[in-house]
Amino acid sequence: MINIEKIREDFPILNREINGKPLIYFDNAATSQTPQQVIDVIVDYYTNYNANIHRGVHTLSQEATDLYEQARLKIQKHFNAKHNYEIILTSGTTHGLNLVAQGFSDLLSKEDEVLVSALEHHSNIVPWQMLCERTGATLKVIPMNTNGELILSDYKALLSERTKLVFVNHISNALGTINPIEAMIQSAHEVGAAVVVDGAQACPHLKPDLQALDVDFYVCGAHKMCGPTGVGMLYGKEEWLEKLPPYQGGGEMIDQVTFEKTTYAGLPHKFEAGTPNICGGIAFGTAVDYMNTVGFDQIAAYENELLHYATDALSKIEGLKFYGTAKEKTSVISFNIEGIHPYDIGTILDKMGIAVRTGHHCAQPIMDFYNIPGTVRASFAFYNTKAEIDALVEGVKKAKLMLS
Amino acid sequence: MTISEIQEDIIDEFSMFDDWEERYQYMIDLGKTLPLIEEQYKTEDNIIKGCQSKVWVHAEMKDDKVVFTADSDAIITKGIIAILIRAFSNQHPKAIIESNTDFIDQIGLKEHLSPTRANGLVSMIKQIKMYALAYQTQLN
Repeated sequence: MINIEKIREDFPILNREINGKPLIYFDNAATSQTPQQVIDVIVDYYTNYNANIHRGVHTLSQEATDLYEQARLKIQKHFNAKHNYEIILTSGTTHGLNLVAQGFSDLLSKEDEVLVSALEHHSNIVPWQMLCERTGATLKVIPMNTNGELILSDYKALLSERTKLVFVNHISNALGTINPIEAMIQSAHEVGAAVVVDGAQACPHLKPDLQALDVDFYVCGAHKMCGPTGVGMLYGKEEWLEKLPPYQGGGEMIDQVTFEKTTYAGLPHKFEAGTPNICGGIAFGTAVDYMNTVGFDQIAAYENELLHYATDALSKIEGLKFYGTAKEKTSVISFNIEGIHPYDIGTILDKMGIAVRTGHHCAQPIMDFYNIPGTVRASFAFYNTKAEIDALVEGVKKAKLMLS
Repeated sequence: MTISEIQEDIIDEFSMFDDWEERYQYMIDLGKTLPLIEEQYKTEDNIIKGCQSKVWVHAEMKDDKVVFTADSDAIITKGIIAILIRAFSNQHPKAIIESNTDFIDQIGLKEHLSPTRANGLVSMIKQIKMYALAYQTQLN
């Protein structure tokens, strides 16, 4: 059981007032809030450990390096990667996806096909479109049904020996659908294709076991799981990371440099050119610790309770339509009210101190599928309460009354 | 009436409202009641692409004055457009160029003109000024 009062005390921002009302933060799918434990580590780093890592012989540099590498180990353990050097610390999910997409430029030819799911965020579409433009490979789309679930029979029909890569998110940011990635990975492997999973929306809600999933690449960002912005993780199986060329040249990623030839450092440094977000990486490790202390089973159970509570209450509002009604979904509710623009609802809710996301959620193909300009999206985290959901429901009713 | 006289009137009207609800209800009502643009001008060319709500702006010159019509698919945006049009339409281009939008702040709607708001209004004001500048150049 989650001790909600105690957990809320960890998040100082929840004491803020917005427009004279207590903040109700339901934009967790965009970014999560930061617990005091993570804030303390960030302050502690700059107060006591700030130094550049991996190079200095002085004590401060070695202490900072130790903290940074300990964070990598925490992340490795959390995701159950086989080796710590399979964890590449990036600037975030988008960076990780681009790193892989760039790396495949030399590995694809124009006969090859790559599959992308219809449920993707723009950041898991555009890098692959650019990859296809560079290589001449063909991009094909795994379709979805009106519930917002991928159609697995169509997916299997699209797979062939020409398929080299499959891109799918673990959980859809716009609709909250949890995709059956384990089965999808297995099917892809049967034809020899590699799978890249965008885990940005999944990692705040569940604990993926990367070895059990047998996934080839998995990416996520710290800021959606109680960590800071500007840092994330790319996991790649050792064999794949060895095959991909370095993404950026610079310091840290080299072995020997002469003007005739440079040899590259081994994993993970080959992909970590330049001074990394040291403080962010350390704080990412603390965020992972924090979430594990709360407990992912508890988080999942409590968020599921919030999801059903909110779905039941909102469904009683006449004219309200949900988008994304997959059987397997996380605590994200996308909806519209007939005849009202989502922007207007979001504006009125903001006046009441309620933060939701409105718009296309960087997933325009999904909005085109439903033929709508966007939705109102309320996304819940383990520090939200049923009382806050009651306020949301009242807020939506009031917005409807004012706007109809 | 000059632009600043109209703006003073709008500020007076808004000062009668006690809270945000009354202010927003007024804007929503403005947005609902006013026919703002003729269908023929709701073209791709006249669209200002905000991230979320769409805004269309059309301008023409009548008796040395610029007449603006505009519309949006979001009603609150439309309400603010109605206020902007009341302030800037049917004015001499030079007066539009020399005017400012400080009154928006004074009627408690400042947040709608923040560039992060993604509602197309900032671009709309820019567009209003651009049209005025273009017509002013023609007059010279």
